[in-house]
Amino acid sequence: MQQKDYASQIHRCFRCGYCKFPSDYSSFNCPSYRRFRFDSYSTGGRLWLIYAWLKGEIEWSEHFAEILYTCTTCKNCTEQCPMKFAPDIVDWIVGARSDMVEKGKIPPRVSRFFEAVYGYGNPFKQLRSDRAAWANGTKKYSAGDEYLLYVGCLGSYDENGQKMARCLVDILNASGTSFGILGEEEECCGNEIYMLGETGLFENLMEKNTQKFKELGVSKVITLCPHGYNTMKNIYPGLGVNLEVYHYTQILNDLTKKNKTEPPKAKAKVTYQDPCFLGRYNNIYDEPRQILRSIPGIELLEMERNRKDAFCCGGGSGNFVNDLLAGSVDSPARVRAREAYETGANTLAVACPSCLTMLTDAVKAENLDDKLVVKDISQILKEILSVK
Amino acid sequence: MMATSSLYDSLVTIVGKDFVSDRKEERYFYARDGGLMPPHEPDFVVMPKTTEEVQEIVKLANREKVPIVPKGSGLALTGLVIPQQGGIVLDMKRMDKILEVSKKSRYVVVEAGVTHGILKSHLQKHHPDLRHSVPDAPPVATIVANAVIHGQGRLAQQHGFNSDMVSGLEVVLPTGELCRIGSCSVSSYWFSKGPPLPDLSGLFMGWFGTTGVITKLGLKLYPCKKMRDIMLFLTDKAELVPDIMLKLSHTEMVEDVVVSAQPLPLRFRGTFWIMAYVTADSDEELKFKRKMVWDAIWEYFEDRDVGFLSTSPDMKAPLMSMPSKDTCKFADVSKGGGFQYAGPIAPIEKFPAFVRKLEEVSTKYGVFYASTARLIGAGHCMMFSFSFSFNRANADEMVRAKQALDECSQFALEEGGVLWKADIYEQRLLMDKMDPNTRALMKKIKQLLDPNGIMNPGNWEAK
Repeated sequence: MQQKDYASQIHRCFRCGYCKFPSDYSSFNCPSYRRFRFDSYSTGGRLWLIYAWLKGEIEWSEHFAEILYTCTTCKNCTEQCPMKFAPDIVDWIVGARSDMVEKGKIPPRVSRFFEAVYGYGNPFKQLRSDRAAWANGTKKYSAGDEYLLYVGCLGSYDENGQKMARCLVDILNASGTSFGILGEEEECCGNEIYMLGETGLFENLMEKNTQKFKELGVSKVITLCPHGYNTMKNIYPGLGVNLEVYHYTQILNDLTKKNKTEPPKAKAKVTYQDPCFLGRYNNIYDEPRQILRSIPGIELLEMERNRKDAFCCGGGSGNFVNDLLAGSVDSPARVRAREAYETGANTLAVACPSCLTMLTDAVKAENLDDKLVVKDISQILKEILSVK
Repeated sequence: MMATSSLYDSLVTIVGKDFVSDRKEERYFYARDGGLMPPHEPDFVVMPKTTEEVQEIVKLANREKVPIVPKGSGLALTGLVIPQQGGIVLDMKRMDKILEVSKKSRYVVVEAGVTHGILKSHLQKHHPDLRHSVPDAPPVATIVANAVIHGQGRLAQQHGFNSDMVSGLEVVLPTGELCRIGSCSVSSYWFSKGPPLPDLSGLFMGWFGTTGVITKLGLKLYPCKKMRDIMLFLTDKAELVPDIMLKLSHTEMVEDVVVSAQPLPLRFRGTFWIMAYVTADSDEELKFKRKMVWDAIWEYFEDRDVGFLSTSPDMKAPLMSMPSKDTCKFADVSKGGGFQYAGPIAPIEKFPAFVRKLEEVSTKYGVFYASTARLIGAGHCMMFSFSFSFNRANADEMVRAKQALDECSQFALEEGGVLWKADIYEQRLLMDKMDPNTRALMKKIKQLLDPNGIMNPGNWEAK
């Protein structure tokens, strides 16, 4: 974990500001800077303030902590920073958050997030016994199943996420895919916990998850959520756990390629939101688009900022619950909803339950709900397939 | 002067609570820039959205005699927006509208917070046959701030300083009145900052925000050719560089002429890279221009004083990019997040002397150097950067870098150069050397416009 070295490296930021932009400089692409506009909320501002804190030039304050935790760890800065240390920037921020956690100095909302996951295994303070309430009899994973479908906290408890999970399960069932879920035995994946800097809790969650995987003989995992995909694909292996991990769009793309879904003709103008943890973190840009393009009648309209330049929905680093960037027309999800609408699309497709819930709320806040509907790719696919 | 809490409330009334901060974190960040000048905290950071809000803030500051420092992105590196006496830093970046692009009169009108990056992107997308002079500052540099410091961009060789390309201003005077400068003062067109009227833009350009707050700016646009290429020449003879620059300029075929020197990587040591950029609308035009450039300096090839460097795509891409990200990378040479440069504007004949001084000072103070010289106008002058990187975590190295910069500035001044975007100490050097009547005139202008001395105090303060 690079984050441990952050204190000796963080002064290297020159605060040049490239981190605020997408590749073509067309607008501001750092979600927290776009929202608050004080330079202190940009990546450069954050890094300089962390360095000042380490040097004792500023004291910890709730405002300082809020500045740190409004970073959604979307990795736009990493993508745009011209310096050699660019790949380490998010680790530095996570490292500083870890130090704050160790000192017990974090924003109250983040603290409540940790307490909820610690006490309930999810950030919503929902009962563990209700974790599979969405599943409607979905088969539990057992020996011999090819895949474990890891649903995650949003898929298990969030209304939008649950719809998404049910659609995916229905499609997988219809396609004859061999899979099962963990149900109430599933633990939080820990991606947000990791990004928020609670290393101890993260390791505990990872241990519980991987122990369960080992017990059941799981070797292939399909995740509903890009956040879970990221942590199992990129963070678990660093701690000695190796799984074959797929995001569900990769599986659905294979299914559509093999013509197992045979989608009928539909008519829709669709734009697609690249989730940060699928795109910038894992370079998965094509599969979701290939699924959408495979559907006759769907016209895919790209937003101006797309792929590695996609603008984050603002939900990363636990902000789909903590919502530290909310409360403004400049909140990232609202900015993104307007951008999606400007493409002329009538459907905003997502591939992430966090994006789904953030953007659904934003579309309502923008009074666009009669013009633009937010749907997950599995929902779109299920509807046109008429899968029961 | 009002109590701080009352001032805060008044500012909140003007711009809203979300856009005023008296919190330590904002005061810390806005107290400094990326260079070596000592920090000084503002009392407030305020982000106006409209000209009317700016007027209200300035009237308040003038009434209460509170210092006010208009700020773009703070990239001058010489502390020009460090609030030397506290007060209000006016972060202009929320005023971010591109108001008009006149295709037929080739200008754009922008609000004060529009950045070079956003304008470049806007023109590429909506007006691909037009361009502006993009500086090598990061894309977050604002058009207004860059003009106010007399920045230079990719069209400097052809059209001079970016401030020369200004085609009109809207300014809030230090006493709160709103004033238009140039053709826009009598017409709805923003095609000229002065002529045929008295050119009042000089009351604001180069004054570093000490004479008013620019809220809108007209900027001349130029034809954007379809093709662009670089010709890269090398020489190890500094004394030849001024003549080569002049000969390239003489062709009237080059967009931009830049000469760089740096000791690392080792393959660069001892050589000067002369970069000539050419643009064209067709292969024939490009071929012709390239031939003209070759012919202009052919004698140096025959004497084996100059060589041509063929560039691979990987090598070419950063040289062609606008702005050049490589400029910022110099800050990480010492793995320390800092560089600053003394950038005198000087006759190009001074190039060899400046290079010698740069190497001497670098060795003397033990700091990494790099240099870029950009031709401004048809050989009228150049900007020569004495650039030194430093490690922000190494206090001793920062002191040495500052000493190196100061020595280079002093030298450049003695050699007949004029310091560019001079810090407050360099401003004093300039004013000490300045014709006394010129200095007195500056003082009169300043007192006339800003009777309470609220605008960016500490800068351009004539004795």
